[in-house]
Amino acid sequence: MLRLQELTKTYKTGDQALKTIDLDVPKGQVLALIGPSGAGKSTMIRCINRLVEPTSGAVLLDETDLTRLGSGGLRKARREMGMIFQEYALVERLTVMENVLSGRLGYVGFWRSFLRRYPQPDVDEAFRLLDRVGLLHMADKRADELSGGQRQRVGICRALIQNPKLLLVDEPTASLDPKTSRQIMRLITELCQERGLAAIINIHDVALAQMFVPRVVGLRFGEIVYDGLPTGLSPDKLTEIYGEEDWEATIEKVEDEDDDIEAAE
Amino acid sequence: MPVLEHEGTQIWRRRTTGENLIRWFGWLLGVAVFLYCWQIISASTTWFFVWDAPRIADDIWTRATPPKWEYITQLGRPIWDTLNIATLGTLIALFLAVPVAFLAARNTTPSTLFIRPLALLIIVSTRSINSLIWALLLIAIIGPGVFAGVIAIAIRSIGFCAKLLYEAIEEIDHSQVEAITATGASRWQVMAYGIVPQILPAFAGIAVFRWDINIRESTVLGLVGAGGIGLQLSASLNVLAWPQVSLILLVILAAVVISEWVSAKVRGAII
Repeated sequence: MLRLQELTKTYKTGDQALKTIDLDVPKGQVLALIGPSGAGKSTMIRCINRLVEPTSGAVLLDETDLTRLGSGGLRKARREMGMIFQEYALVERLTVMENVLSGRLGYVGFWRSFLRRYPQPDVDEAFRLLDRVGLLHMADKRADELSGGQRQRVGICRALIQNPKLLLVDEPTASLDPKTSRQIMRLITELCQERGLAAIINIHDVALAQMFVPRVVGLRFGEIVYDGLPTGLSPDKLTEIYGEEDWEATIEKVEDEDDDIEAAE
Repeated sequence: MPVLEHEGTQIWRRRTTGENLIRWFGWLLGVAVFLYCWQIISASTTWFFVWDAPRIADDIWTRATPPKWEYITQLGRPIWDTLNIATLGTLIALFLAVPVAFLAARNTTPSTLFIRPLALLIIVSTRSINSLIWALLLIAIIGPGVFAGVIAIAIRSIGFCAKLLYEAIEEIDHSQVEAITATGASRWQVMAYGIVPQILPAFAGIAVFRWDINIRESTVLGLVGAGGIGLQLSASLNVLAWPQVSLILLVILAAVVISEWVSAKVRGAII
């Protein structure tokens, strides 16, 4: 459904963030993108919906090349791709409801959105989604009154109300505690299953990725160095992705921690 | 941070000897320049007037007190004009400053090469000329009166408001804008949802702050004939009616105190 063909991105400073990326994401598949900081994970996700303009190559979403679209076509294409951010990126001074409804901006005209006169089906769907993530009672709160986990749930609602085919998820758990991280990852993967959504999830917590996704792609210096099952991530592979480190100990320790948390729950 | 070795112990000093000397000479030079200027000013001062000043001030004080209270009946209208000049001027300025600010801010300007310098030019040129001078120019163009005062205040305030506003726009959290853009929102929707909510508190603060300043500025506009209480002030000064002058100053003081109280309240409510 989504296909990246020889995608490259070179920043003005000369940094080559992506070197000829080829990737195929079938419908409904959730994949995790791992790699060290600066490997190009964020750039890759942003090149797909063109928050960052790719230098060359093609991004095919259902056979439409997104890189060739004009601004109107790009807006239409962006509606098909929901995005979830690391620091939630909610509009802090708007209410939860306004934030969720802002996911419909691509479908609603300027004056309707400006006057907050959203079509009734959109409002119904917003309430349904808020109920699904357990935040219905928060609908009228301002976004900056929420905790981190709650904000990320609102972010998820905003992405889902777009009715997307694909979720682009940029470090969804990086600002959250371990327990909330797992809840958020579980929520995202569950919702993807319910709706048959494909998702690309940037994540730097390898153990967390292994726990929730069926496919892992490892990025290093803008190149794909691993693409396969989460169980195939051996210490050798992790060394190839992240560099030399004693992986046995790290992985074991992480797993121990997880057990502790599970016991505590 | 020099460290000296002295008999095996390390002695730490804040500055090296060379730096100390340079600083010492800097201070010496400063004091010398100050004394030299003092001497020049002293030589060109008519000291008789200075020694005489307390007596004159005392004389004016006795003439000016008590204020001529019954004159207040004639000040209602002018102070109302002054308030209107300030308020209308601020409103017009804000109306014009918003687009200028969006054109000047690095992250919203359509073109950094052509339009941004133009917007910055508007900001600098309106800011650098005092409102009294704008009033003088405008009186020559549109004639004396309140209208000239309103326009003078408006023009003078555009640069101030636009500058503070564009700085606020440049400091917004970019990720919120990204998030709104990613939903497929149009340029104007991104502005209304991603940018405006973030700068609204700054905008309200700037508006009240400038209104407060403008009340003070508009009290003197009448001195050059641009309407408001300054007209009465200049007329009273011309005929040496000191009790009237003192009453006018009291009225201006009251107006300024009230406007400051209002602006403090409003800003407190926003933040």
